[in-house]
Formats: sequence, structure tokens, C-alpha cells
Amino acid sequence: MSKVLVVTSGKGGVGKTTTTAALGAALAQRGDKVVVVDFDVGLRNLDLVMGAERRVVFDLINVVQGVAKLPQALIRDKRLENLWLLPASQTRDKDALNEEGVRNVIADLRSRFDWVICDSPAGIERGASMAMRFADEAVIVTNPEVSSVRDSDRIIGMLDSKTVRAEKGERVVKHILITRYDPSRASRGEMLSIDDILEILATPLLGIIPESQDVLKASNVGTPVTLANTDGAPARAYIDAAKRLCGESIAMHVPAERRGFMDRLLRRRAA
Amino acid sequence: MSMGLLRLLRGNKASAPVARERLQILLAHERGLRGQPDLLGVLREEILAVVSKHVTLDPTKVIVRLERGDEVSTLEVDIEVPNDIERKRAAVG
Repeated sequence: MSKVLVVTSGKGGVGKTTTTAALGAALAQRGDKVVVVDFDVGLRNLDLVMGAERRVVFDLINVVQGVAKLPQALIRDKRLENLWLLPASQTRDKDALNEEGVRNVIADLRSRFDWVICDSPAGIERGASMAMRFADEAVIVTNPEVSSVRDSDRIIGMLDSKTVRAEKGERVVKHILITRYDPSRASRGEMLSIDDILEILATPLLGIIPESQDVLKASNVGTPVTLANTDGAPARAYIDAAKRLCGESIAMHVPAERRGFMDRLLRRRAA
Repeated sequence: MSMGLLRLLRGNKASAPVARERLQILLAHERGLRGQPDLLGVLREEILAVVSKHVTLDPTKVIVRLERGDEVSTLEVDIEVPNDIERKRAAVG
């Protein structure tokens, strides 16, 4: 059974594209056949994060409009043979995404892949609504910060009302993925806690990705973070999240503070 | 120096509880509005329709405003009626 998963957030810059690439690669590494689809028409970046920016010939809009056939636009990953990319157009805008065309492309992708992962653009406009329109499941990427949580709440409202599933009286299965989590700031009470976010959004947690230099390093070289440094904290957190998406029950690892000697000494005195 | 100690010395309080409380209040309000028809828009249209039966109005001069308070909310309707209406009526009548 193939699944259509949208990676969305409302707010920009929270880590949707990083998450799409990381989860896509982690699922492909498990042996599933995966395609990651960039819906950010006009501002594509998934190709860059995946390291395939020089291999783009045709794109989603070409396929939606019937200019190219789907197999012509799909780019196979050079590291994982069952991971594919369908890039967005860089020259068009999001109005080029018509619903009928997107429906057909998603249906075609469903017949070829186990996972169709749609990387949503920021905002609540046409690109974002098309990315979520045909989803079975949604990963809502949230930073522990007020504006991100508010936008996630808005997106949850859209997932519950504007998707094909919602209109049929069914539910889109929703997961919160907390990214850029800084354990030391959280422990000082400077950052919304995991419990606060989950209570406010009333949606189950898929994983917690700690703030890490690994993420920037991976995007610098065009490798999904789950393939770049597999022992790193963010890679492990994404791999666990991918397992949970497959229905495995994995204990949630809350990133803990790593304190230096001086820090511990001073903290003890302060307390 | 440890931030914990710094905060202790400066007397700063953790800001996350403030964030949490502000979000809870805001989202309770926003969720209430979601999915509902635009209440103020509907009120404005209907008030305009009723008043227009009797006096000629400039639709842009009808302002409907809702102010939410803790105990009660106030609905403010501000309709600007042109002064020449009585004269026009007299002329017609």
C-alpha cells in the first residue's frame, strides 16, 4: 500500500526541505521505494538539498501540464537506487499547479512508489494547499517558538478541512516533528518545552530533531542528513522518526543537554 | 559563565511559560473563528440591506466592529447617513 505524505509547516525556514530529504532517504534505506516531490514552484530547493541540482531536465509543472511524461522528469538518487526526486519548476509560479493535473501525477506516483513525500512550500497559498490536497498523512514541522507553533495550528486546521480525505469525512494522519530543538535553552526555560507544544497542538509526536551543525553541513554538500553523518544526533532522530512512520514503536529520545565541566560546576553553585 | 547563574544574578525569569500562555489564549481565539462564516461580514451585509430599505446609504460608510472583552464584548455599528436624505424624501413625497 503506497502512502502520500506531506511535509508542511505554514512557517518558512523551519526545516521542511531538510526533513523531506532526510525522511525520504531514511525510508529508502529501509528498502521502500520512495519519491520526494518538490511543490515549492518558483523557489525549488529540494534538488539542491538532495544534490541533484545539475540533473534537472523536466519538472513537476511539465508533468502536470502534459509537456513531459512522469518517467522523464523523475531523477534517480546516485546513492540509493530506490530513492527518486521529482523537482519543482524554477521559472513558473504556483498558479501553474492545477488540481486536476496534480491529482493525476499523484495517482501515477502512487502506482510506482511505496512513499510519495510532498515537500510543501511555506504559506497557506496554492502551492501549500496542492501539496497537502491528496495526502494520507502529514508531518507538521514545528520549531519550539511561538510563531512556528501558531502557524502549525493553522496548518492543522487546513489538514482537517481542505484535504480530499477531510472532505470525504476521513482523517489525514498527523504527526508533529519538532526541529531545531536546543536542550540547553529548553532546560533554562527559554524555549517552549516539548510538552507545551504537544499540549497546545494536541497532535502526536513523530520525533525531536536537535539543533545541530550536521544539518547545515549536509545541505552544504547536497546529501540528506540521514546519509551524511549517520551517527550524528539529527540523523539518528530522523531514522527513528522514519521507523515510527512505518508503524514501529520506538522509544522517544529527548535530546539532553551536554554540559561542560565549568558549566556543571557553576550550575551546582548557583543551585 | 553558566546561564543559570547569570539568570540568578540578574533575576531574570524563564520566558517559555509566557510564550505558552500567550499561545494558548491566542489559539483558543483563532480556533473559534476558524471554519465559521465571517460573522462581521455577514452582520454588515444584513444591516446594510435593512437600513437601505429606508434610506440611501453609501455601502463604504457602514462600519461594523466587534471588540472582545473578558466579561462582555461590544458590537459597534457606525453608519454614516448623508444629510440630504430628508430633502430627497420630501422631493419624492
